[in-house]
Amino acid sequence: MIWDLHCHLSGVDGKTADERIAQLMVYADRMGVERLVFFMGWPFLTDPTPEQFRKQNDQVLQAISHWHDRAFGFVYLNAKYVDESIAELDRYVKNGPMIGVKLWVASRCNDPSIDPIIKRAADLKALIYQHTWYKTGGNLIGESTPGDLALMAKRHPDVPLICGHTGGDFELGLRAIQDSPNVYAGIGGSDPTAGITEMAVRTLGADRVLYGSDIGGRSFSSQLAKVQGADIPEVSKRLILGGNLKRLLTPILKEKGIKV
Amino acid sequence: MICDVNVYLSRWPFRRLPCDTTSELVSKLKRSQISRAYAGSFDGLLYKDLRAVNQRLYDDCKSQGADLLIPVGSINPTLPGWEDDVIACHEQWKMTGIRLHPNYHEYELSSPETKKLFAMAAERGLFIQIAMRMEDDRTQHKLMRIPDVNFEALPGLMKEQDGLQVTILNGMKSLRGANLIRLTENPNLTIEIAMLEGVGGIEKIMEQVPYEQILFGSYFPFFYLESSLNKLKESQLGMEIEKQITWENAQKRFAKT
Ligand SMILES: [Zn+2]
Repeated sequence: MIWDLHCHLSGVDGKTADERIAQLMVYADRMGVERLVFFMGWPFLTDPTPEQFRKQNDQVLQAISHWHDRAFGFVYLNAKYVDESIAELDRYVKNGPMIGVKLWVASRCNDPSIDPIIKRAADLKALIYQHTWYKTGGNLIGESTPGDLALMAKRHPDVPLICGHTGGDFELGLRAIQDSPNVYAGIGGSDPTAGITEMAVRTLGADRVLYGSDIGGRSFSSQLAKVQGADIPEVSKRLILGGNLKRLLTPILKEKGIKV
Repeated sequence: MICDVNVYLSRWPFRRLPCDTTSELVSKLKRSQISRAYAGSFDGLLYKDLRAVNQRLYDDCKSQGADLLIPVGSINPTLPGWEDDVIACHEQWKMTGIRLHPNYHEYELSSPETKKLFAMAAERGLFIQIAMRMEDDRTQHKLMRIPDVNFEALPGLMKEQDGLQVTILNGMKSLRGANLIRLTENPNLTIEIAMLEGVGGIEKIMEQVPYEQILFGSYFPFFYLESSLNKLKESQLGMEIEKQITWENAQKRFAKT
């Protein structure tokens, strides 16, 4: 059972959302990926206005509409627009089919002004994915680090939070979140550097590690390899490839009447 | 049967990697149906005594390579007396090719030494591998920020050396479109799939590069070996093309006759 936490419609062939997701499902089938979480439309926008993130969310909504129970959506928000983001959450999660939140690089998540969004998402049981990186050349101005997320996580100790890319530089990222029990490492979306998954399991325990691919920019192949090729027990691999994500999503999927 | 053109022995300078001992590496390759692997050495990046690096590489391949590892010596044409390293690789250790890291050794492919090195390799029938990068530049050590190799001068260099085989290792994260086609216009230029990304990566790159010029490479043990192996499944190549990419192409070009 493989559940993919991290999929995009960008970087994929096809004019429409429907064409793009149909394309991706061909490859998902080949690689045995059962369920996929999508967020953000195309082209990628680092600092979208409310009008723009709404349009991107509509693209995702359209894409997943014919893949009920197989493709899920996380709503893309921009923490610079708190009120509009909360309205968007209500529109797509409370009153729509989406089951999580994606926060990217518009503003850093350690800033407490993000808190109303986190609280609202938690009320709705939406799973929160925060992109993070530690870039040698320096992050974008609004780009969070795993350290930023650890600070935010302290203010919301009961809310599960996903540390996207595990900070890219996983040796730093894993250390930054090791003492934040509500933070999970999303290991997708970086080179298949050997040792990442072993270190994640060593540092956090297998139940805090989540597979995701970051397609279309990445491949299923390279990202699945991080788990399949890791020197860890089979039972840990099963948790990372799907068990953990299923567990984290079960409350909201149940609420929405989706079979898991 | 798979031939992997992109393997490294010894230690990555910044981290221990799973399978970074030759015996572990060989047993993992064997378990994964890799029956031939062209191996360079991570020591070739930063060590100055490349003669000793290449000697160790040769010894390791011979004593622990189980007829599977084929040594590919490191050459740095900015070192005094580098020509003797080429001669040693070819005559003393009977190597069939050499591996270059121009960015770690701070020279451009347009330099006069490169021209001389290419001529020497061509004359001796050695193939050349050039690694474009060794890791994502965003994760490099702060004191070791190494830019990607610039391949601008490569087509001109290759034109002067008829029959010289050149493979770009770790190039497919960024080489695309016109930049790629300019290189692969020369049928003696090959690429490998270690850093190829995107869904159905091999299928898609075949729209730009003839499959005869695509090789199986894993960049093991820095990358999980399964990454490149999975790519053979993510793309539907058909038996014939898969055989070419995973075995025949490399044999035709690099195997000792
Ligand atoms: Zn992503």
